[in-house]
Amino acid sequence: MPDQVLFGIEAATNGLMAGVMYSLVALGFVLIFKASGIFNYAQGVMALFAALTLVGLQEGQVPFAHLINAIFGTEVHHFGWHMPALLAILLALAVMVLFAILVERYVLKHLVNQEPIILFMATIGLAYFMEGFGDLMWGSDIKKLDVGLIQGINATIDETTYNWFGYGFYIDNLDISATIVAAILVTVLVLFSQYTKQGRAMRAVADDHQAALSVGISLRFIWVLVWSIAGFVALVAGIMWGSKSGVQFSLSLIALKALPVLMLGGFTSIPGAIVGGLIIGMGEKLFEFAIGPMIGGATENWFAYMLALIFLVFRPQGLFGEKIIERV
Amino acid sequence: MLYREAGDFKTSYAEDSQTFPIVIDRVGYYVVLAIAFGVIPFLINDYWANAVFVPLLIYAIATLGLNILTGYCGQVSLGTGGFMAVGAYACYKLMTAFPELNIFFCVLLAGGVTAGVGVLFGLPSLRIKGFYLAVATLAAQFFLVWMFNKVPWFYNYSASGQINAPERTLAGIVITGPHTEAWAKYLFCLVFVVLLAWLARNLTRGNFGRQWMAIRDMDIAAEIIGVNPLKAKLSAFAVSSFFIGIAGALFFAVYLGAAEVGEAFGIQKSFLILFMVIIGGLGSIFGSFAGAAFLVLMPVILKNVLVGMLGWQTDIAAHLEFVIVGALIVTFLILEPHGLAQLWRIIKEKLRLWPFPH
Amino acid sequence: MTQDGYTTPDGRKIGSVVMEMKNITLRFGGVVAIKDISFDIREGEIRAIIGPNGAGKSSMLNVINGFYHPQEGEIWFHGARRAPMKPYEVAYQGIARTFQNIALFKGMSTLDNIMTGRLTHMKAGIVAQAIWKGAAEREETANREAVEKIIDFLEIQHIRKTPVGRLPYGLQKRVELARALAAEPKLLLLDEPMAGMNVEEKEDMSRFILDVNDEFGTTIALIEHDMGVVMDISDRVVVMDYGKKIGDGTPDEVRNNQEVIDAYLGVAHD
Repeated sequence: MPDQVLFGIEAATNGLMAGVMYSLVALGFVLIFKASGIFNYAQGVMALFAALTLVGLQEGQVPFAHLINAIFGTEVHHFGWHMPALLAILLALAVMVLFAILVERYVLKHLVNQEPIILFMATIGLAYFMEGFGDLMWGSDIKKLDVGLIQGINATIDETTYNWFGYGFYIDNLDISATIVAAILVTVLVLFSQYTKQGRAMRAVADDHQAALSVGISLRFIWVLVWSIAGFVALVAGIMWGSKSGVQFSLSLIALKALPVLMLGGFTSIPGAIVGGLIIGMGEKLFEFAIGPMIGGATENWFAYMLALIFLVFRPQGLFGEKIIERV
Repeated sequence: MLYREAGDFKTSYAEDSQTFPIVIDRVGYYVVLAIAFGVIPFLINDYWANAVFVPLLIYAIATLGLNILTGYCGQVSLGTGGFMAVGAYACYKLMTAFPELNIFFCVLLAGGVTAGVGVLFGLPSLRIKGFYLAVATLAAQFFLVWMFNKVPWFYNYSASGQINAPERTLAGIVITGPHTEAWAKYLFCLVFVVLLAWLARNLTRGNFGRQWMAIRDMDIAAEIIGVNPLKAKLSAFAVSSFFIGIAGALFFAVYLGAAEVGEAFGIQKSFLILFMVIIGGLGSIFGSFAGAAFLVLMPVILKNVLVGMLGWQTDIAAHLEFVIVGALIVTFLILEPHGLAQLWRIIKEKLRLWPFPH
Repeated sequence: MTQDGYTTPDGRKIGSVVMEMKNITLRFGGVVAIKDISFDIREGEIRAIIGPNGAGKSSMLNVINGFYHPQEGEIWFHGARRAPMKPYEVAYQGIARTFQNIALFKGMSTLDNIMTGRLTHMKAGIVAQAIWKGAAEREETANREAVEKIIDFLEIQHIRKTPVGRLPYGLQKRVELARALAAEPKLLLLDEPMAGMNVEEKEDMSRFILDVNDEFGTTIALIEHDMGVVMDISDRVVVMDYGKKIGDGTPDEVRNNQEVIDAYLGVAHD
């Protein structure tokens, strides 16, 4: 096989893996959108915040250390413990649930019945708030996240492909674990929403708020539940991305990348989020590989958005969305 | 004199639909103009021009522009930064390609170029609605910034990839470049602000404005009563981009002097202007000024208080600013989705009836 | 029916055919909303379309004003076959309408809503608008006068500057009628103008509809559920059921039509 094709396949495979990461974030969007009709721009910042919290807990950082030091002139930084990864993850999850409760109580409750675009803008505000809050709480330096996932080139794949084609593919172990985790997560979520009482209530709320209320489903509980799940998904995405490239501000930008994923897949479809993520992940790597060098590179910055834009012009409802019939 | 309408009878339709129907408002407006043109230029220094007045004026133009698109026509755009970049680079190319061309026209033409680009990226709005469109405008944002970064023609093949505003004069007064005086920067921007605010008011009070608002409030009904959605949306994109392009040109040529596209016109700028629109008030010209003033002044005040008076580190103040801005956005959307402009209206309403509650 | 019109029992002269629908069929995917329907609307008449829920009445209005495009059939307007056109083009031909669920522009005042209805009469370009003084202001004032006449006619002077979102339901309906009238339409479509109103409001609205027809000579096609009202104010009635036309004629003819009675009393369909 010619080298170019092999490089192409390698790029595509890595693109698929990156796509899984996009899908993970997109999944958080879809969940919240389905249950509350809110397009949660803050999803990416939630991932950042979750990862920050996780690292902070693990390292035993004192929350708001800088702020406290600035106000009281003290010099506190660390509690001096090192928490096991699993415990830290559980505590971080608890923080995300607490966050969900606070968001419901102080934001969502007051915005019932507002237009979707107002809600969207509110979540942009929420994202700003969380970004500043996370930085105040844990500091804005780039942090290393290590929860014991294996990193680096996967030797087995490298060897096998070398034996087959005479060229070893570079596939990161972390990407493989991310793919597996994402697959498990999706399966669990689908099972949850299809086969449990809360799942059914969630779908009912997604269909019609008023009707759901009238059969005795507590909207507020469902919202807390959904935002907690989204927080959980954000935590998982945060762990994966954080392990890969460190916990830093750019992590919140993956949320932006998830938007074109959603536009491709449709905002209401879980399979759509996954397929859309894979298409975008693979598409941008292949485009960068094939066309990028000719036009100056770094096409990943915009390729996904342009693809989604062009796609939407021809199919406004996305890949899996239902056809929109307008009425008066 | 009391703040009243009573006794002030309107005898023609033109009088009835004037911008400031109440005498005291009209007087106030002229007083503000007189101070802006006749007093501030004599008092202004470099700190006040660079920290407060010039950015305030430029952001006010951009906010007016986005408000026309989002507040009046209901099309949310996250591409403002990208469109400002178009204005800046168009202005730069015009300034360097035609050194004799008056800077005033360079800025105007830059607005025109941006209007064209805006229409191009506005085309999908005919098929895509709501936040799908908001996300689609991100394509404009990222693509434009990438293009200005990667295509050397735009920055005249300079080694740093930056663009630098050459020195240009207007009637013998230096307007751009490092030797510009504070009052010249200020006055040049002020002229644009007054001109554009007047245009915006005229456009929004008449037939075009009503068509935009009709599309915003109920697009299907609007089309059925005769609004051509293509014309209405694209004209909103064009006018809005014209304003934003001028803001971008001024931001680069007069305010910054030198710009790197990703830093000066990144996605953060898009959000900042959107926040100014929301906090100021969707669909309000006064609100555009209020929103811009609020978000320009707040960081200045925070910095002065926290860093200057309490001696905190700058980064803590910056983070706190994020927290406050975010919280304010949410608070405004909850309490008063129409922003500062609506608060102002309510105060005036109360004042009009004072001392009676109704 | 003669080609040159007829005279109503109350002595109004009804003119020639303004709009004719010929064998209209409209499908959404596999669902047939309108099946092979033909009828005409004559100049100066009040034409009602009635039928049970889901009979396809609103779809019919949507076909008339170009919002839906039928798969089969022809639409003739003022003696010429109408090519498929966009809703706003239909508006410029002189067809205005109101909506079943009020479709006012909520962010605007009553006056602005009605002024928007005048847009088919306004021509000033964007540059003239931006400069305002001159052409745009003259045009605005001239149209404002026309709008003020309609405001007087419908007795809504007191809410001129109120945001429409704050108005009670009955007044909103009236403002919507005003907006449609502002276009000075040749054909006015009313989609359930009295839905959700109490008896008093219904009486008011009936009076306005009759007055509009009488004073401006506007041709009106309306959908309504209240049989009493329909039979009282309309000249001729089309009855639809399951997308088909099952009756057409004067209120008396329709009242005695066996198929119509069956449809309303719910005889099983075979």
